[in-house]
Amino acid sequence: MSDGGQPGDLSRRALLGRVSAAGAFVALTEVLPPGTSVADAQTRRSPARGPLEALTPAEAVTLEAIAARLIPTGPDGPGAAEAGAAIYIDRALAGALANFRDAYRAGLASVDAYARGAKRAPFAQLSAADQDTVLADMERNTATGFEGGSASFFALVLAHTVQGTFCDPFYGGNRNFAGWDLIAYPGVRLAVTADQQNLDAKPAATHMSAYDYSMFSGRKPAHGH
Amino acid sequence: MATNLRKTDVVIIGLGATGGVAALPLAQAGLDVVGLEAGTWLAPADLSPDELRNNFRGWPQSVQKANREVPTHRSSATAPYSPRPAIHPMMNAVGGTTLHYWAQSWRLNPWDFEVVSETRRRYGAARLPKGTTVEDWPFGLEELEPYYDKVEVEIGVSGQAGNIGGKIDPRGNIFEGARARAYPMPPLRGTGFTEMMAGAARSLGWHPFPGPAAITSGRYDGRSGCVYHGFCNRGGCHVSAKGSTAVTTIPKAQRTKRLTVVTEAHVTSIDADSQGRVSGVTYRKGTEEFFQPAAAVLLASYTYENTRLLLLSKSSAFPKGLSNNHGQVGRHYFSHNQIATVNALFPRNLNTWYGLPAQGMAVDDWADDNFDHGGLDFIGGGNLWVYSDRRPIAAANMSTFGRAPRWGAQWKAFIRENADRGNTAYLQRTTLPYEDNYLDLDPTVKDPLGFPVCRITADYKDNERRLADFIQDKMVQWYRAAGAVVTEKTPVGTMGPTTHAYGGTRMGDNPDTNVVNRWGFSHEVPNLGILGASVMGTSGARNPTLTAQALAWRTAEHLSQNWKSIAG
Repeated sequence: MSDGGQPGDLSRRALLGRVSAAGAFVALTEVLPPGTSVADAQTRRSPARGPLEALTPAEAVTLEAIAARLIPTGPDGPGAAEAGAAIYIDRALAGALANFRDAYRAGLASVDAYARGAKRAPFAQLSAADQDTVLADMERNTATGFEGGSASFFALVLAHTVQGTFCDPFYGGNRNFAGWDLIAYPGVRLAVTADQQNLDAKPAATHMSAYDYSMFSGRKPAHGH
Repeated sequence: MATNLRKTDVVIIGLGATGGVAALPLAQAGLDVVGLEAGTWLAPADLSPDELRNNFRGWPQSVQKANREVPTHRSSATAPYSPRPAIHPMMNAVGGTTLHYWAQSWRLNPWDFEVVSETRRRYGAARLPKGTTVEDWPFGLEELEPYYDKVEVEIGVSGQAGNIGGKIDPRGNIFEGARARAYPMPPLRGTGFTEMMAGAARSLGWHPFPGPAAITSGRYDGRSGCVYHGFCNRGGCHVSAKGSTAVTTIPKAQRTKRLTVVTEAHVTSIDADSQGRVSGVTYRKGTEEFFQPAAAVLLASYTYENTRLLLLSKSSAFPKGLSNNHGQVGRHYFSHNQIATVNALFPRNLNTWYGLPAQGMAVDDWADDNFDHGGLDFIGGGNLWVYSDRRPIAAANMSTFGRAPRWGAQWKAFIRENADRGNTAYLQRTTLPYEDNYLDLDPTVKDPLGFPVCRITADYKDNERRLADFIQDKMVQWYRAAGAVVTEKTPVGTMGPTTHAYGGTRMGDNPDTNVVNRWGFSHEVPNLGILGASVMGTSGARNPTLTAQALAWRTAEHLSQNWKSIAG
């Protein structure tokens, strides 16, 4: 990633630039009404898809739809979709979580196969209620066709969706601090006062990545991973 | 062929919590010391406040030697293997795990040194659990007190004394053994939450106090005071307030010009001559192999690696492994009974987003033998500890206490309301060694060099299980007194790889049941010393590091003061 700054420097501008790409990716499935084919949506919004690093476009669509039900968008605020949890997972599968790439390939295919069998459409095209039924079957380990059982793949996706929603935005998730704001985490600070640790204190949200601080900007982990 | 290096006085294997401490008195005594460390130096800027990296991806351990030799575990000799963790609980670096540990720096209490004789005296010998191999230490707390004191000053321990020369101070731990003087710094500050918990403990008639930490509560020895930023737990300290040996004893030893630090040195054997003395250490650095001759060797890796290196170091004088002619290497192993805990949910936000695990409130009323066990079915006790520490991914992963599913709209609503309302205690309890809990070499699992990894065969017994249940009930009582609306007890777990691993090279006067003598030197190999919790025969109800460090200083001082007789 380069924004014309110091090599290896994660400036705020660069962070926001990357987040925009992630947002475009998220937007793809957010607007998909049930029954719309992915191909239709891609035709309409194809310039919007951000670059994928590990997943295929079809896998990304399924994963994003799963994440959007695990931590749903609602009147109480944004969820995993707005946070870009799937972007986080895609990047991680190309890096630190590469060991799980095959599990996602097989697992996401199994999700769609099970959805077609049980509900007659790929997962992303099901209604929210049907999607929840499929996910509940997976969690209970009663969804068939999963190597190693559906529950273990469900647990894997849930853990990574939580990471992608609540991690430091450096990793591509928690876009616009959606996850941290959801739980009112006041954010990364390099020093905290005694007053800020009082029971009734409500420190203002910093909305800073660890790597926005100059002390750490030169020592960030490998790009997005 | 290994390259032969110039002979040195002392080789220390591992520059972590204990090797990093031992280097200082040796260097100050004018001995030439070579410190072989498997990891590298890390700078403050490497220790970023990044929960994902620190707490979920095992950094800064991710490319470390230890991760390639994670011990295997089975709960008994006939049980199947437990799932093997991907990440070793300890790390390699100059400073070792003191870079990212919690830094709770406790002294053991007097009872911990005399569990056998005190149990017999107070309750009768029948109360010692069946199958335990526990022994009294070869000395009491008073022998170790001056060394605790030295280490507390060198690494900078903050805390509130509760017993100075027999004078009890209720602001500190009224149950602690006598100290010669106060801590070098006042304790870390309290928080709204920890003060609320202290009030609740006092309402129960208990005696809460802030615990000791190897973390500066103000400017100390040129280092910053703690800034309470919240990423101490498996992160490092970006202002060097944490008293890692990497920022305290090791650089001080280097300034004497007597300590040579060799990083990325992977030790593969400790070599013995035909007379049964160690002659030096073989290690690999990159693709090269070296032999470092030395007049004395201090083995200071970690409990698992201490046992493994000894068992791997076979010779004509020690065909079953170095210092193992009595078959005691790997015996008397135990890991701390600290898994079973209590989660609590409060009806209000606790504002524990910042702080650190060492910034907490302790209760010792139910630790050790501080209460009457006459009507109970176990010996020992536990230290109750609550603290201010929370990060966002961990907060989202909080228990839902059966009040919400694990995902979906209801879950989201639950964590939105409760992310800052949960709390989890840290409960450390007495753990005993048993005949059938031990370490050895795994018969099939090997590291990338082809050497067997360490195998743990161990599980908690009835004494540990009953004690865990009792201590959890006390913690529930404490949380309820503070206003928690729901609590839940978590399972006792088993003895897999852990940061609190003891034994394998136990210290004691009897060479038939112990590997090292009261000074920390092998009963069989006169110029081999062993450092770490691997020499400890009891756990106490508190973190082992400060005790292991005090023992390390004492062993190093003994070596320098008896140089001619030990090193020949």
